[in-house]
Amino acid sequence: MALKMVKGSIDRMFDKNLQDLVRGIRNHKEDEAKYISQCIDEIKQELKQDNIAVKANAVCKLTYLQMLGYDISWAAFNIIEVMSASKFTFKRIGYLAASQSFHEGTDVIMLTTNQIRKDLSSPSQYDTGVALTGLSCFVTPDLARDLANDIMTLMSHTKPYIRKKAVLIMYKVFLKYPESLRPAFPRLKEKLEDPDPGVQSAAVNVICELARRNPKNYLSLAPLFFKLMTSSTNNWVLIKIIKLFGALTPLEPRLGKKLIEPLTNLIHSTSAMSLLYECVNTVIAVLISLSSGMPNHSASIQLCVQKLRILIEDSDQNLKYLGLLAMSKILKTHPKSVQSHKDLILQCLDDKDESIRLRALDLLYGMVSKKNLMEIVKKLMTHVDKAEGTTYRDELLTKIIDICSQSNYQYITNFEWYISILVELTRLEGTRHGHLIAAQMLDVAIRVKAIRKFAVSQMSALLDSAHLLASSTQRNGICEVLYAAAWICGEFSEHLQEPHHTLEAMLRPKVTTLPGHIQAVYVQNVVKLYASILQQKEQAGEAEGAQAVTQLMVDRLPQFVQSADLEVQERASCILQLVKHIQKLQAKDVPVAEEVSALFAGELNPVAPKAQKKVPVPEGLDLDAWINEPLSDSESEDERPRAVFHEEEQRRPKHRPSEADEEELARRREARKQEQANNPFYIKSSPSPQKRYQDTPGVEHIPVVQIDLSVPLKVPGLPMSDQYVKLEEERRHRQKLEKDKRRKKRKEKEKKGKRRHSSLPTESDEDIAPAQQVDIITEEMPENALPSDEDDKDPNDPYRALDIDLDKPLADSEKLPIQKHRNAETSKSPEKDVPVVEKKSKKPKKKEKKHKEKERDKEKKKKEKEKKAEDLDFWLSTTPPPAPAPAPAPVPSTEELSVNAVTAPKDEYEDAKTEVQGEEDDAEGQDQDKKSPKHKKKKHKKEKEERIKGKKKSKKQPPGSEEAAGEPVQNGAPEEEQLPPESSYSLLAENSYVKMACDIRGSLQEDSQVTVAIVLENRSSSILKGMELSVLDSLNARMARPQGSSVHDGVPVPFQLPPGVSNEAQYVFTIQSIVTAQKLKGTLSFIAKNDEGATHEKLDFRLHFSCSSYLITTPCYSDAFAKLLESGDLSMSSVKVDGIRMSFQNLLAKICFHHHFSVVERVDSCASMYSRSIQGHHVCLLVKKGENSVSVDGKCSDSTLLSSLLEEMKATLAKC
Amino acid sequence: MIKAILIFNNHGKSRLSMFYQPYSEDTQQQIIRETFHLVSKRDENVCNFLEGGLLIGGSDNELIYRHYATIYFVFCVDSSESEFGILDLIQVFVETLDKCFENVCELDLIFHVDKAGLVGAPARAVSAVKNMNLPEIPRNINIGDISIKVPNLPSFK
Repeated sequence: MALKMVKGSIDRMFDKNLQDLVRGIRNHKEDEAKYISQCIDEIKQELKQDNIAVKANAVCKLTYLQMLGYDISWAAFNIIEVMSASKFTFKRIGYLAASQSFHEGTDVIMLTTNQIRKDLSSPSQYDTGVALTGLSCFVTPDLARDLANDIMTLMSHTKPYIRKKAVLIMYKVFLKYPESLRPAFPRLKEKLEDPDPGVQSAAVNVICELARRNPKNYLSLAPLFFKLMTSSTNNWVLIKIIKLFGALTPLEPRLGKKLIEPLTNLIHSTSAMSLLYECVNTVIAVLISLSSGMPNHSASIQLCVQKLRILIEDSDQNLKYLGLLAMSKILKTHPKSVQSHKDLILQCLDDKDESIRLRALDLLYGMVSKKNLMEIVKKLMTHVDKAEGTTYRDELLTKIIDICSQSNYQYITNFEWYISILVELTRLEGTRHGHLIAAQMLDVAIRVKAIRKFAVSQMSALLDSAHLLASSTQRNGICEVLYAAAWICGEFSEHLQEPHHTLEAMLRPKVTTLPGHIQAVYVQNVVKLYASILQQKEQAGEAEGAQAVTQLMVDRLPQFVQSADLEVQERASCILQLVKHIQKLQAKDVPVAEEVSALFAGELNPVAPKAQKKVPVPEGLDLDAWINEPLSDSESEDERPRAVFHEEEQRRPKHRPSEADEEELARRREARKQEQANNPFYIKSSPSPQKRYQDTPGVEHIPVVQIDLSVPLKVPGLPMSDQYVKLEEERRHRQKLEKDKRRKKRKEKEKKGKRRHSSLPTESDEDIAPAQQVDIITEEMPENALPSDEDDKDPNDPYRALDIDLDKPLADSEKLPIQKHRNAETSKSPEKDVPVVEKKSKKPKKKEKKHKEKERDKEKKKKEKEKKAEDLDFWLSTTPPPAPAPAPAPVPSTEELSVNAVTAPKDEYEDAKTEVQGEEDDAEGQDQDKKSPKHKKKKHKKEKEERIKGKKKSKKQPPGSEEAAGEPVQNGAPEEEQLPPESSYSLLAENSYVKMACDIRGSLQEDSQVTVAIVLENRSSSILKGMELSVLDSLNARMARPQGSSVHDGVPVPFQLPPGVSNEAQYVFTIQSIVTAQKLKGTLSFIAKNDEGATHEKLDFRLHFSCSSYLITTPCYSDAFAKLLESGDLSMSSVKVDGIRMSFQNLLAKICFHHHFSVVERVDSCASMYSRSIQGHHVCLLVKKGENSVSVDGKCSDSTLLSSLLEEMKATLAKC
Repeated sequence: MIKAILIFNNHGKSRLSMFYQPYSEDTQQQIIRETFHLVSKRDENVCNFLEGGLLIGGSDNELIYRHYATIYFVFCVDSSESEFGILDLIQVFVETLDKCFENVCELDLIFHVDKAGLVGAPARAVSAVKNMNLPEIPRNINIGDISIKVPNLPSFK
């Protein structure tokens, strides 16, 4: 034995070590593979030895080879042997090799469980460390389950080095074994406050990584993180936390409000660019989550934009890049603030770094307006010419198209310019985006009727030019443009100047070199052209000319008949036969033109790309069922080029025999119309096709289009887009002058015929009229299209399993699995001899358990969620919390409270400030009222006296009159002047589609509910449907929603509104505290549908819950009133309004009406009033009218409520 | 999270690579090749961020690299990492190598691949799970036969 050992170590001296291996590989550059295979053979020999040092050396070499790309999975068992070596240097090699080569599929990995457990509990921290490190790379679900408890114990190890690693590796364990998350989470949370900053930051990292995937489960940790953020000085930790907040804010906008201030402070104070950048990023996220209407945040946006500008201006390319990246995030919500830095971004376009140029391009997309579009695109075009790489040039090309076509061509004022830009782009060599240009050409030509004439002239020029044909070999190359050109020339052939010339161009022999699908379009459109030429010739009486054209067709079409492409061949032979037939008819002098053009009568309407998908499946139709049993798969599908444009398929039915006489045709048309009317899938919106049938089809019937004649219509050769820029400037100048003139004459300016269905004309600052009268046709959608938003969540996402509610208390069943014959305390001491078999037998049991737990979880979830929400609400609330303290949070609540104490008052103060400001505006004259305390005291005394008088008077009154006095005054007292009719509905919001008015009513039955009745009036000519009301709940006021819908869901309005109709919808809101007024923001979204299409619209509104709306008119008898006043537990307050000339009678009526009071008693110019809130507060008023002023003294069981009420009353009175 | 650390020379020859997600050996080599093609095309004076290695991770990921002499250090990270942080990390890693080998050069990496790997080990240990906590890592590591001391770190960029 000893001899063997000695022999082993002698052998070892001749083994190659890693250095030798590396050197050897370098020396065998020519036959590296051979040398390595030789080395692997040697290694295999070495692995067979008993000596652990030899084995370790071999494994070390294998690790290197693995890195070079050689498979070493065959040595997995040897790696485990080395891992279990007692000497640390060997063990380390083993773990390194394992971490590089083991994965879930490695079958021997289950042998490692006990070895790893032993190492984890080793007295040497390095053994533990290396085991943790290795485990992090190859942990499997089984290992995670078996070792989770051991690792969790290590999280409280005495050495920070181990704690840190243990915390970090828990993340991997969670990923593989999600059930461990809940039991381990409390300890993980403890580690957030570990004395060692390394451990702390590890915990932050793990939680951040978890929260990034399922942020909503970690909202409750926000207070803790907030504390860390304000206290930590470790930039790494700060960055992580700030990034985490960026993920949380979209879920909880109130969190964002809280964050803005500390974040802006950090932005101001930090010198670290990385931290600054992350702060800016999160502030942006906050601003996105808050609705943009808040004025006090414009400062934060400005700050961000400013800081980013500094980054972008920096000479360091990295800063520049990230600055642009963040800028593009701001752009989405606050385009205005970015637009002011246009100069800087255009400058970046000239940067030598391609990444930076691409970022700048992204930004440009949001910066265009009607004014600068031409200028920006011109600049991009010069870049296109300069660009070297095709990828960058292609990127530029797609960006130009994106920029121009964005939001339904919103920024294009001159489509002639756009067409010429597209034509210029066709001169790009070797681009791969020919189809993009083609699609744009088609889209514009079809949807902008006014441009067709110009487009056709350009397209015929394209068809005529040779350069496009030259590049015909490349797929998706620029020759795709010819597809569009041919189609446009054919479909709108009536606009062609020289159709005959174009026809010849399309029939050139060179055309046959084009890709098949383009040739097919050529063939089809040649016939269209031919039809329109025939028509012209026959009308002009040139029978010979017509015959000559037919002859040309008969001569040239055979070249397509021979095409290898099936589609081309089929179409060509069909058409050839047709033309030959026409030729025969022509020989007999039969007029054919009309019938031939009848083949192409009617207009093609653009159809939305998703239209087909949105057609609802008819009832009883199972699309998945086989119609016929599938054949065997011997037939291979024909490799046909994919048709890029859908129109192609739905083109035309088969050619009708042209000898059909007029009557026959008419009959068929009728039949077809009938069929179309009955066919739900036939999409019809514009009446134009039918119109054209009724009259004889002819050139004069084509919609006449006005075109700005400042642009030459017939452009020789290709146009230059630049000239449009000049022309456009001139035109705008002229427009401006005209406008000025008109303004002088004070003429009513007629509305321009500009109609854009999808976008409301909101650009007040740039009302540039388009050069042409443009009618952009919206794409069609089928009737009753299904709103289908596909769920794009990936079911295979490994992080989905970690979507676990962490706040509910742990159940007994949720402990980490521990091996059975030991308890948790002793599990530290290693015991090797746990048979593997036992573990396996445990498996099925666990699965059952899991299942049960899940079910239980579901049940529990609801309750827990509510509780959690309350806790968080408490922390986030800016108003004082409701009287009962919220249930203690799972987090040590003292911290929470202390954070609260620091931050909440500030917010409160701010809120209060803004409120006060608003109210001050409302009633300015009131300030005089606030006199010196002395004055007040005097006044009070007087008031008291007066009230006593009043009381005495009331007592004097005969009992019979009490009832009458109890009734509201406006019912009696007809001798007073009539009040103007008033509505309790106040205007909520309005736009050109809809007007919203609302009334808020309380009821005594429900002490914390009010009903909001919203009247919706349709003022447009469209039908409004699919209306949804979404209201952003506040802490204090919530909308009652149907069960199961979340806070962010809208509540549907239960009716549709035809034009001119109004209807009322009622919603219930739950109010907790009624002592202050509050506003809720909401949005009404709806679909406006008229003949031309449907658009999706929104209307924002603010629901104002005044305190008066919580009051309910309640009659009160004067003796009860007196008792109430005497009881002494009412607090009192008063207001005075000057400059009131309204009669006292009307004044009281107003108070009764708007503030829901009833008059108890009235004596001369003095009246006592009473009301009750929905929560049972008594409110008593004494209203007195002086010469020109009114004073109101109030008493109420809640002083806050009273002062709010009086403020509101002051506002009402001030209007009198 | 750091997805992979790749170190290769100007010719695309891999010097040290570590993947924190399981890939087959072939895929690993392919990733290295692809990354090399992306990175080597770029000039010296351009920014250090690159979007979209196609093989690793997808759109959420980016490559952050630095080029020292003949060696590229490439970190593939997802969006939870701070871009500047990783750049600093690379800097620290290189400085640590420099301390370890005294004027580190490519040959050091070639012949002491195991030690270089160990220098990166703490980084790997942490990054394997998550990003590393820079001020904490290398202060004083005594593992087996090498001892590395790292001076105070340069402040943030």
